[in-house]
Amino acid sequence: MNSAFALSTTTFLYGLATVCYVGAFAFKKKLFATAGFYLLAAGFLANTVGIGLRWVESYQMGIGRAPFSNMYESLVFFSWTMVLLYLYVEVKYKEQGFGVFVSPLIFLSIAYASFDPSISAKINPLIPALKSNWLIAHVVTCFLGYAGFALAFGLSLTYFVKPKQPGLNPIFSRLPDEEIIDELTYQMVVFGFLFLTIGIITGAVWANSAWGKYWSWDPKETWSLITWFVYAIFLHLRMMRGWYGRNLALVSITGFLAVLFTYFGVNFLLSGLHSYS
Amino acid sequence: MKNQDGISRQIWVFFCSVKLTVYLLVLLAVTSVIGTVVLQNGSPQQYIDLYGQGIYNLIQVFDIHDMYHAWWFLLLLVLLCINITVCSIERLSLKWKTIFPDQVRFNADRFLKSKSRQTIDMAKPVNQLAESCERWLEKQVGPVIRQTENLTTYLYSEKGRWSRLGVYVVHASVLLLLAGALIGAVFGFKANVRIDEGNQTGRVFESKTREPIDLAFMIRCNEFEVSFYDTGAPKEFRSSLTIIEDGQESLTTDIRVNHPLRYKGINIFQSSYGTAAPDTVEMRIVDNTAGTEISRDIRIGETVDLPDGAGQFTLQGFLPHFEFRGHDLGETFFGLVTLTGETGFQIGLPVRFPTFDKMRKGRFTFVAEDFEKRYYTGLQVTRDPGVWYVYAGFILMILGCWVTFFMSHQSILLAITSLDNGQTRLVLSGKTNRNPRNMKLKLKNMAAHLENQLNKGDQI
Ligand code: HEM
Repeated sequence: MNSAFALSTTTFLYGLATVCYVGAFAFKKKLFATAGFYLLAAGFLANTVGIGLRWVESYQMGIGRAPFSNMYESLVFFSWTMVLLYLYVEVKYKEQGFGVFVSPLIFLSIAYASFDPSISAKINPLIPALKSNWLIAHVVTCFLGYAGFALAFGLSLTYFVKPKQPGLNPIFSRLPDEEIIDELTYQMVVFGFLFLTIGIITGAVWANSAWGKYWSWDPKETWSLITWFVYAIFLHLRMMRGWYGRNLALVSITGFLAVLFTYFGVNFLLSGLHSYS
Repeated sequence: MKNQDGISRQIWVFFCSVKLTVYLLVLLAVTSVIGTVVLQNGSPQQYIDLYGQGIYNLIQVFDIHDMYHAWWFLLLLVLLCINITVCSIERLSLKWKTIFPDQVRFNADRFLKSKSRQTIDMAKPVNQLAESCERWLEKQVGPVIRQTENLTTYLYSEKGRWSRLGVYVVHASVLLLLAGALIGAVFGFKANVRIDEGNQTGRVFESKTREPIDLAFMIRCNEFEVSFYDTGAPKEFRSSLTIIEDGQESLTTDIRVNHPLRYKGINIFQSSYGTAAPDTVEMRIVDNTAGTEISRDIRIGETVDLPDGAGQFTLQGFLPHFEFRGHDLGETFFGLVTLTGETGFQIGLPVRFPTFDKMRKGRFTFVAEDFEKRYYTGLQVTRDPGVWYVYAGFILMILGCWVTFFMSHQSILLAITSLDNGQTRLVLSGKTNRNPRNMKLKLKNMAAHLENQLNKGDQI
């Protein structure tokens, strides 16, 4: 077995899980959601093995580096962090309802990594500036943060597919009730905020050790700061009257759009130091 | 600050508000986008080419060519700092008594009305239970306060009161961070220098203004080394440097990318490299009329006589890259040929193309044959006395967020009352400043644990 095989299996399992969660949502069958959960868990296992093997393979090739250093690897890792967090939340809070919004993100991330021809899966050696333990800390914490925001995004979406009076349409009865969504969204934002904070900070420390400047207003840096501002706004708005439910969900959705722009948009539309991932 | 009046009070209230915070953060987020789309620190010509004269005027008025240092952006940051300071002072002075009470007190009624309370009835006398319960509560939470009123014994315990300070730590860390950035901007510098292998210098050049800055010591580059992967991508850059202070060698070390040298508050980073100008070159001068030739080493700047008193040749300099009709001819020497009684003319002698000068079809043909290759190392030299404040801010921000998000002030009250029927009723209730849903779950688990322990007998 090699990492490529493990990761294709992962993609397949996540795809199936997504189908199950969508099925559970559409047909109101708990059984589907349970199947989705186990498929995600199996996919998570394969995902972990895939990342581990890739690490081993890089040593076999004589390059020897952590598998978090290019677009392909970061997308694979993004799926991994989202599943990890999702499984934890589903087990802890016994809420399956929003899996329908999160599983597609999990699937899309790894599928995009595998299928977009412009994203290379090759293990390339690192240029000198990227050889740093801070890089590993930076990538791991940023993607944990992004995973928190992705889940918050999935939760926020539930407000917009759910009718205001839940009695009206039985299809939506599988979705958790608003109080719980509110609380969970907040928990996810808080988790994401903490890890994004650590991510930005480790990035700054790394920049300082490589270039002698902890902050240089490079577009990727700036966009991660903008994302951070949006979620700081979320945390403070929550303390003001009238800011809960849908209104606040809109802020969380905006935040996730900023995450996506930081991650993809900056690479494709703007230029800077971070062109590798 | 309560009894001030008029304007100052109004300003105070204005800066207290979280609404202002939200507006400021929105403005910061939105304006930060500008600098990622509009070219930063470009030349006037670049802006005019990109956006036209009209928009360039606008860019100049609002300093958008360097917007993160523009007055209005800094103003937003200053307002944010005032906002944080005022708001923290106000709230901390209100909360001080809660966070650092002279004596911990509790209001039993408020606890007992809570919906999340748990009730256990037991057929054991109050006194016996109270002892066991007190020990249990101490183990579960912390030191217990015991009070008895009428027929009820109250056991109160709490933990994490200090965690209420977390949010002030987060806010203070923002101030510390910005203060550190300010100190760095005022008292620090970022400069560059190139040093040829074997040479030394104590003068570096500010990155933007190119102003010279003299260091308190000299840096000598002993050697520069670059290694490549099989793919041709660079693997490692390494400079061996010696610091010379007051004429004494005080330190010799290697620096690599990500492994800078820090010496007396000055940081020295590996940032680039290239081929250094050599001192001498081995040259061949062919006299095409006489059919003779001479070979000798010539230093840069040296003038040599041509055979038969035909004139002079001066070796003027060296370029690592010589552009000739759109081609890069690579490493090239330059010289001035002055034939007797004529005005001098300049010739280029690319090392890779030894027949280049022959095409001139003069009496003499010059060939630069070989020279000793040397690298120069490009160093970035910085000083930032603010960085420790920034790092302290980083640590406080992470700790503060951790405490604020994941810890809470939890207080638990256990009321023990004897009922008319000879039974004893235990009511377990609790309060927290964060995440009340968790408290309900926690109380449920605690009640189950307590009942279990009490039924097992006296072994707690
Ligand atoms: C970049 C600047 C800021 C950051 C990163 C920040 C961060 C935070 C964080 C993480 C929390 C905790 C939120 C929660 O518990 O859910 C918080 C709470 C709070 N912030 Fe800020 N904040 C900033 C600026 C400000 C400013 C300028 C004010 C001034 C009014 C302010 C007022 C508050 C208040 C009143 C709370 C609630 C405190 C409490 O729960 O007792 N913040 N802030």
